[in-house]
Amino acid sequence: MNISEIKKEFPIFDNKIQNNDLVYLDSANSSQKPKVVIDRVYDFYTKEFSNVGRSVHYLAVAATNLYENTRSSVQKYINARDKNEIVFTKGATEAINLVANTFGQKYLNEGDEVLITELEHHSNYVPWHFLRKSKKINIEFAEVNDDGEITLESIEKKITNKTKIIGITHLSNVTGAILPIKEIISLAHSKGIPVLVDGCQGAPHLKLDMQDLDCDFYAISGHKMYGPTGIGILYAKKKWLEDLPPYQGGGGMISEVKKTGISYGELPNKYEAGTMATAQVIAFNESIKFLEKIGIENLQKHERELLNYANEVLRKNNSINIVGNPSVKGGVISFTVEGIHPHDIATILDEDGVAIRAGHHCCQILHEKLGLSATARASFGVYNTKDDIDQLNESLNKCKKIFDLK
Amino acid sequence: MNLKELYQEIILDHGKNPRNLRKTENFNKDAKGHNPLCGDKVHIYLKLNENKKIEDISFEGQGCAISMASASIMTDLVKGKEEFEVKEIVNDFLDMIKEKDELNNNILQEDDKTKLMCLSGVKQYPMRVKCATLSWHTLTSAINNTQEEINTESN
Repeated sequence: MNISEIKKEFPIFDNKIQNNDLVYLDSANSSQKPKVVIDRVYDFYTKEFSNVGRSVHYLAVAATNLYENTRSSVQKYINARDKNEIVFTKGATEAINLVANTFGQKYLNEGDEVLITELEHHSNYVPWHFLRKSKKINIEFAEVNDDGEITLESIEKKITNKTKIIGITHLSNVTGAILPIKEIISLAHSKGIPVLVDGCQGAPHLKLDMQDLDCDFYAISGHKMYGPTGIGILYAKKKWLEDLPPYQGGGGMISEVKKTGISYGELPNKYEAGTMATAQVIAFNESIKFLEKIGIENLQKHERELLNYANEVLRKNNSINIVGNPSVKGGVISFTVEGIHPHDIATILDEDGVAIRAGHHCCQILHEKLGLSATARASFGVYNTKDDIDQLNESLNKCKKIFDLK
Repeated sequence: MNLKELYQEIILDHGKNPRNLRKTENFNKDAKGHNPLCGDKVHIYLKLNENKKIEDISFEGQGCAISMASASIMTDLVKGKEEFEVKEIVNDFLDMIKEKDELNNNILQEDDKTKLMCLSGVKQYPMRVKCATLSWHTLTSAINNTQEEINTESN
């Protein structure tokens, strides 16, 4: 895999950022976009635009086909059994809200428990929190261990006869831990509990096979997969999509509307109310093709090399503490530097064109558990190189110099 | 504006060795502030005498160099001032951080104004302005005794 060639496909790297070459280490937040994706949005609007699924004119039919082509590509990419198990949303957050809302409405009652983990991003906690008030449910947290992992045992410990659904991340956006989700799903199913996987970090980096995983719900964020913003995917087993009530009401999701009653549309229309992010969905097909062209195995190998190199370099650097030490880890490194607050680090790094994230990364529960108010985080994408990590290290040394640390 | 102007020696010094980082005994006013985006936290304690003069001011908290330095410099400058003077200084500082080029109050000495202007570098870093203003908003809250935690994310 020729990274310098691949990097050329990303126009953002053609330009200087504040007179520096961009060292983009914030892909866990959002990835940069290859030209094919950007062009696809432009081309659709300039040559092919129409709303989908309604009108019968030429452009509408063509746009509908393009839109549905993405659904088929996603189905294939994640090996879902049925095309109609793919629901487009505005993001992974909406996908999780959709499940919490509709599953909660139908199946959760006072005293029921939703089991999540201490590693969860706020987007896999807050939607369930709403049900604490509306349905008087309880939320249980499987505990993270000292290495920043969630083990099968930590999940098992928290399952009770009141557990109605489990929500877990595939890959932690802070510690990088990859969770044993297949084992967790199989354990949950043995007790009749459905599982939602937050795949925001998993989907861009790991091989996805919904049939093999056997999860009930899997939430995907398009913009972290080299795709446009405004598009997410909810994979859900067909039985759930047929069983659960609709999420939002509006055009497109209905079958028949009368003053006396309404019947809802077939799948997947039932969950796609109103005009969707059409251009983004269509352009997302190019992201899938881009990822397929690279090959997930190659991408993983590349990211593993970067991660190992970053570990080696940062561990050698005194006063840098890496947060968590999971045995199976994705391309995310969170760290602190003794004596320098992460926000000061991020501001100083920024002057060298090094873009990282600082803060709690939408994981306040985890940070509280770790006793840290904030961390700095470098995360990798297909375009990163070892040079980027060297620059990160060099800029971190500059921080230490400014703060007079050795 | 560059990084050197943001992380000036005086900021780094106050950030590393914050003045008045303690808890005033027998304080009669206090308030908490929190910036959930950064995790910065501050708790300000005031001891006002019968003439509404600040006899002592201190703070507890944690945060980045900018927020710690800002709280440290602020507590140093308002100590010994009367309540109405403090309000004027706070407003003047917040106006300066937001838009004005300089401080206009007639309460602080030129030396002190220069010290405070060291924080003006933050203007070029919009995401960091809240770091510099958290303790100031919290001071206002303490003076007004609103008993309301200042949260930079809820307006």
